[in-house]
Amino acid sequence: MSEGKTVTLIIKRQDGPDSTPYTEEFKIPYRENMNVISALMEIRRNPVNAKGENTTPVQWEMGCLEEVCGACSMNINGKPRQACTALIDQLEQPIRLEPMSTFPVVRDLAVDRTRMFDSLKRVKAWIPIDGTYDLGPGPRMAESKRQWAYELSKCMTCGVCLEACPNVNSNSNFIGPAPLSQVRLFNAHPTGAFHKKERMETIMGDGGLANCGNSQNCVQSCPKGIPLTTSIAALNREATAQSFKNFFGSDYNV
Amino acid sequence: MSDNREFFYRRLHSLLGVIPVGIFLTQHLIVNNFARYGAESFNRAAAFMENLPFRYFLEVFVIFLPLLFHAIYGVYIAFTAKNNVSRFGFFRNWMFYLQRITGIITLIFVVWHTWETRIATAINGTEVNFALMQGILDNPFMLTFYIVGVVSAVFHFANGLWSFAVSWGITVTPRSQVVFTYITLFVFVALSYISVSTLLTFATTQG
Repeated sequence: MSEGKTVTLIIKRQDGPDSTPYTEEFKIPYRENMNVISALMEIRRNPVNAKGENTTPVQWEMGCLEEVCGACSMNINGKPRQACTALIDQLEQPIRLEPMSTFPVVRDLAVDRTRMFDSLKRVKAWIPIDGTYDLGPGPRMAESKRQWAYELSKCMTCGVCLEACPNVNSNSNFIGPAPLSQVRLFNAHPTGAFHKKERMETIMGDGGLANCGNSQNCVQSCPKGIPLTTSIAALNREATAQSFKNFFGSDYNV
Repeated sequence: MSDNREFFYRRLHSLLGVIPVGIFLTQHLIVNNFARYGAESFNRAAAFMENLPFRYFLEVFVIFLPLLFHAIYGVYIAFTAKNNVSRFGFFRNWMFYLQRITGIITLIFVVWHTWETRIATAINGTEVNFALMQGILDNPFMLTFYIVGVVSAVFHFANGLWSFAVSWGITVTPRSQVVFTYITLFVFVALSYISVSTLLTFATTQG
């Protein structure tokens, strides 16, 4: 049925972190229900470019293959998204694949997202439950709160929001939308709130919350539909309150 | 900005843009609209503003210093962004981009406008009145420059009000942000009408 039909991919490649990028075109046989990952697997199986020359297989990262791990994020026809849920049938050809530009390239389409994981450490994106004795069960969380907090917990640190943000770039130290929204998530948790003040102070420091320029590209691009700009605005309100408490003083300053 | 002052500077930048710079802008545009009641009326209003008590104090602390900080820090902010409207053509991203462009245009315009109607006139002892503006805006090039400059300033103020509301945590929900978009759009249209009608009055009155 699909005999002889091909898929054309133009891939921006880079042999190593410091090498010069170049583009290479591939024509691969079409199969039904292909996604970008299976197209890349086809290139790996038979690494021959469109000119018929033997080449190195294209390097990329992947994990879950169901859009929950965030590892296969890349620019597909100019838009940052996960390769696993990018279906070939829904893409305009030639399909252009590029590594996300805000992150250092490791090789070809694989990028180094370490800066995001470092940001999560900086904002203490966890709930402190370890102690020297049994701390017992934590306080209950209101169901209505749990429901919106659950939406924030869908973040998979994929990097799409950082790629879309005009204020995350090599001239700026902005940590980007994803770790900010995680601050709101962990502050909302009754036990997580133990670190609330420290988290607020981190994001009220350099490269933090105030560097958001409200372009709102993040919320439009997030593959998980996380209300990132609502999180940022809510944190802005919290930061206003926190800065008043810090300056004028408060007995209730946690 | 390695001394952890960035949050303070950004918030100060946002605050000063509205209070006092935005309030001054609105006042300035409304007072200038006296021009539509005739040269006499405008000159009386200009003289009233000129003879306000503590004039130099007000000019330095309400206008000049806040504006200077807002402008210099604003240029720094504008040039740290890497605009990407061609890849992400969303409405708010365009507003983000236009906010930066109109900021730069407004800066160029305000520098020229302050030189022409405040500093140069003070040096030469020229009276700032209806006739002075009529003379400037008689030139079609200057009229265009003034319209572009003033509309840029008004856009920058109106859209700046929107981001002020987000930056200070006033509008948190997407719905309130949408409603505020319409409110600031109204501010943009209203102030544009007020200011452009003033400019056209100067340009079309026969001297």
